[in-house]
Amino acid sequence: MPDPYLDIRELRTLLDGGQCSASELVEAHFARIEHINPRLGCYLRLHEQAARDAAADADARIAQGERSPLLGIPIAHKDIFCTKGELTTCGSKILEHWRAPYDATIVERLAQAGVVVLGKSNMDEFAMGSSNENSAYGPVANPWDESRVPGGSSGGSAAAVAAGLAAAATATDTGGSIRQPASLCGVTGIRPTYGRVSRFGMIAFASSLDQAGVIARSAYDVALMLRAMAGFDTRDSTSNERGVEDLDDLIANDGALSSANLRIGLPREYMDALKSAGYAATLDAARCELESLGMRFEDVSLPSTFAAIPAYYVLACSEASSNLSRFDGVRYGHRGEDAESLEEVYRSSRSEGFGAEVKRRILTGTYCLSYGYYDAYYKKAMRVRRVIRDEFARAFESVDVLLTPSTPGIAFKRGELAGDHIAMYQQDCFTTPAALAGQPCLSMPCGFDGGLPLGAQLIGPHFSDARLLGVAHAFQQATDHHRQRPAL
Amino acid sequence: MTEKSLDITYLSRLAALRFDADETIRAQADIARIIDMIEAMQAVKTEGVEPLAHPHEAVQRLRGDQVTEDPDPGALQTGAPAAQDGFYLVPRFVE
Amino acid sequence: MKTHWETVIGLEVHVQLNTASKLFSGAATEFGASPNRQACGIDLGLPGVLPVLNADALKKALRFGIAIDAEIPEYSTFDRKNYLYPDLPKGYQTSQFEHPVVGTGRIVVETEEGTSLPVRITRAHLEEDAGKSIHDAYPGLTALDFNRSGMPLLEIVTEPDMRSPAQAAACFRHIHRLVTHLRICDGNLSQGSMRCDANISLRPAGQDTLGERAELKNINSFRFLEQALEYEVGRQRRLLESGETVKRETRQFDHVSGTTKAMRGKELSDDYRYFPCPDLLPVHVDAHLLAEVRRDMPELPDAKAERLMREHEVSADDAARLTSDPDMVDWLDAALQAMSDDAPDGLGQALSKLLLGQVRASLNRTQIDMASCPVTPTQGAMLALRNLDGTLSSAGLRDLFRVIWDAGDASLNVDALIEEQGLAQVRDTSALAELVQSVIDANPKQVEQYRQGQTRLLGFFVGQVMRASKGSADPKQVSEMLREVLGE
Repeated sequence: MPDPYLDIRELRTLLDGGQCSASELVEAHFARIEHINPRLGCYLRLHEQAARDAAADADARIAQGERSPLLGIPIAHKDIFCTKGELTTCGSKILEHWRAPYDATIVERLAQAGVVVLGKSNMDEFAMGSSNENSAYGPVANPWDESRVPGGSSGGSAAAVAAGLAAAATATDTGGSIRQPASLCGVTGIRPTYGRVSRFGMIAFASSLDQAGVIARSAYDVALMLRAMAGFDTRDSTSNERGVEDLDDLIANDGALSSANLRIGLPREYMDALKSAGYAATLDAARCELESLGMRFEDVSLPSTFAAIPAYYVLACSEASSNLSRFDGVRYGHRGEDAESLEEVYRSSRSEGFGAEVKRRILTGTYCLSYGYYDAYYKKAMRVRRVIRDEFARAFESVDVLLTPSTPGIAFKRGELAGDHIAMYQQDCFTTPAALAGQPCLSMPCGFDGGLPLGAQLIGPHFSDARLLGVAHAFQQATDHHRQRPAL
Repeated sequence: MTEKSLDITYLSRLAALRFDADETIRAQADIARIIDMIEAMQAVKTEGVEPLAHPHEAVQRLRGDQVTEDPDPGALQTGAPAAQDGFYLVPRFVE
Repeated sequence: MKTHWETVIGLEVHVQLNTASKLFSGAATEFGASPNRQACGIDLGLPGVLPVLNADALKKALRFGIAIDAEIPEYSTFDRKNYLYPDLPKGYQTSQFEHPVVGTGRIVVETEEGTSLPVRITRAHLEEDAGKSIHDAYPGLTALDFNRSGMPLLEIVTEPDMRSPAQAAACFRHIHRLVTHLRICDGNLSQGSMRCDANISLRPAGQDTLGERAELKNINSFRFLEQALEYEVGRQRRLLESGETVKRETRQFDHVSGTTKAMRGKELSDDYRYFPCPDLLPVHVDAHLLAEVRRDMPELPDAKAERLMREHEVSADDAARLTSDPDMVDWLDAALQAMSDDAPDGLGQALSKLLLGQVRASLNRTQIDMASCPVTPTQGAMLALRNLDGTLSSAGLRDLFRVIWDAGDASLNVDALIEEQGLAQVRDTSALAELVQSVIDANPKQVEQYRQGQTRLLGFFVGQVMRASKGSADPKQVSEMLREVLGE
């Protein structure tokens, strides 16, 4: 078995050099998944036959001399992405038996790039959660400490990559669902600029905030994956027509930034809100490292940061209350047992099919949009959203990138916040502002606290995705935090 | 948060969710706390600020008027809760 | 003293735009497909799908806006109207609430009394149609067909400017004529291509404020609209005169009993929780797009009628009747076009008589639309021309029209048919004189009676001669000749 922690570039060398076949890689992963997944719960389902077929195809193409960055690379798809003919549950009981009749655009594009899809990864139901404890199919454990959460909602994807169960995994981020689990699991994850990656075939939570992205072992791997996923899609009206030349350039430059003399901003409000001294020290060390690479630091201010979580929850819950109305037990999905009237079909299908957190958010969103409250909540939140976006824009007049913590601290214990959803929502305090503003942002491993990984968040101006990946790559060339492995 | 203005029964009917008595009490407390948390945003001065619905100032792209889909009801209704003769079925209701 | 009540009516007309594909999906819009055969993932609200706006639907909405000289805002937006109903797949209708594509405009309606009634248009907006519920096909069940789901609708809202049911019906008719001439709707009322809601209230004459109104829903005939409103006027007057109040409610017209009844109250239906649709971006109507729509603008019905009167001496009544069907005017124009070089005076008039006479009668007889008229404009023009130049008698025209109609063959040549069937009027006096003489020789008894004063026998002789000529003789000429011969 090849080392399960090789990154995509290393795997590429093995595959293209004939030292290992894609088929062997798939078998090795399935063997490891069989061994480890029962403890972690990263995968909801494996696509065993399809993966073996894809690997055999990749091997044939490699043998014919085809050279392509992702050909034969084993990955996982978050179960929020539609996979044609396969189950797609979105972590919810309401879609327990639902098979999508189409592939999500990113699933299609990655398949064209030659990846081998091992299976679908676990997630908080409808991507609502920060601990992966809201999955209808059981929680995910943090590979670094199985008594702790991996973060959420892309907990299965982050844990699978961290545990060596996939070279990379697709993920989604509405308010922090890529960056927070990446941070807690010691892996690298990007939430690209809003509109950079198509949302077609990605089950919606909050459409104006949802963004597909990827989690992998290094910034460079993330860049390779993102390059295959990103770009305009005619099927998504909010997808951006901008090309992917920046990512091409980055990859062609071997991940190197065109300029090392970047100005990095440290948002005062984020640093003030960070209560963990250990985390602050780790971030400071990261700062020194980046300075030694030629980057200059200065303080910036984003004064309305405190309002990001409230505004986010208003907008996200409101959109969700509407987006999730389609799950009514009429055309697909779960229909309530013994529903004898139409009213019962609706109410029992939805009450049986949705979990507690989903219901809470639907109710919250319904309230915010209901008669008499729209202006005070939804409209106000949209105004706050503009204020927050404008503050970012102003900050990016003087700096190129922002450096912040990704989370309030290390991974918390399973069950620790389960009864306190407000405390759970506060997990997103550093990730929601950039989500509201549509900024690209990533989390990269920057150290450890008590043996548990910590992430540093980089936030950039719109469409500076490649720049963020370049900074993270430079950092990872100089450090080995991202090379650390959990003891499993 | 003014709890009396938070009518869980009304909201759950709008949202087609069912809560028993205990769940209603719990939901009332839960949502009230969330609304309290949300109130913090009222401190942001937004006079004269235009609401922002999308993160970018882009405009809607248009699709040419072409038929590109050829739906197969049989395939789409595989796994439907109740379907017959191409129709989806629900308990009869009065309009 | 008896109160004089004033009736106040406003309309909401739903116009199904005649696009090939749906408003937000690429599914077909043809009428009469088998159940759900035209309902794709987007129309069914499957998880993960996204809407993309149909350019043609937008342009057709703009065409209407330009036709009524409306204010056309540079930006319009789509909102979600949230309510749960089995035929509404997503749990919301995508519509335009705050910023409609067409702003305020104005039409001038010709009423039955021949007066011009200006009606202000409040707005017109794009929205998607819902599916259909069939309640009587399966015992205890309602069957749902989503073929209509996602059909593009233009909802035209008038100010309450009508003061009688007849005026309201005239307004509905006017809008029907306008949208069919604009070629944005097929105008087929029986297939639901246009539906009308009417708000009606009564108030004491002279009062400024409006009375409480009832809303009549889903009326798809001009006659039913007038009947339903007449009934409502009576019902509301009785209520008001007996000191009761009119309830604000939605009512349905039953055309069998000619009455209206309150629809089952949807108590929650008023709280639609409108908010901007996050899946669709603001629609930008720029000068370029407007110029394109203006360029493709068809001639408006009033202009057409005026042109027919001016250029072809068609009477005002005939012009009005012709312009009730845009296809008739198009056919007439094409016929005149085909004869452009040798169109004699009076051809336009002759063609309009042909259209309003035989064509219309044949359309009624065979139950087809003018658009599928089997007689081509060229054939029609030739028929009219040969009648005008005396080649074809009126009877010959009628017979030949029927032959061509029944054959439905566009390649049939009128002159060749006249030749082939010997339908040319016998104008050769010597040939006709021979026929006249032979008839006189064959009927000595009748000749004797005629000469003794029974001149009404002239008809008998004319008939004999016409029969002998196989109808090809000109009856006028025949009777002149007979009178001459018999008068000897």
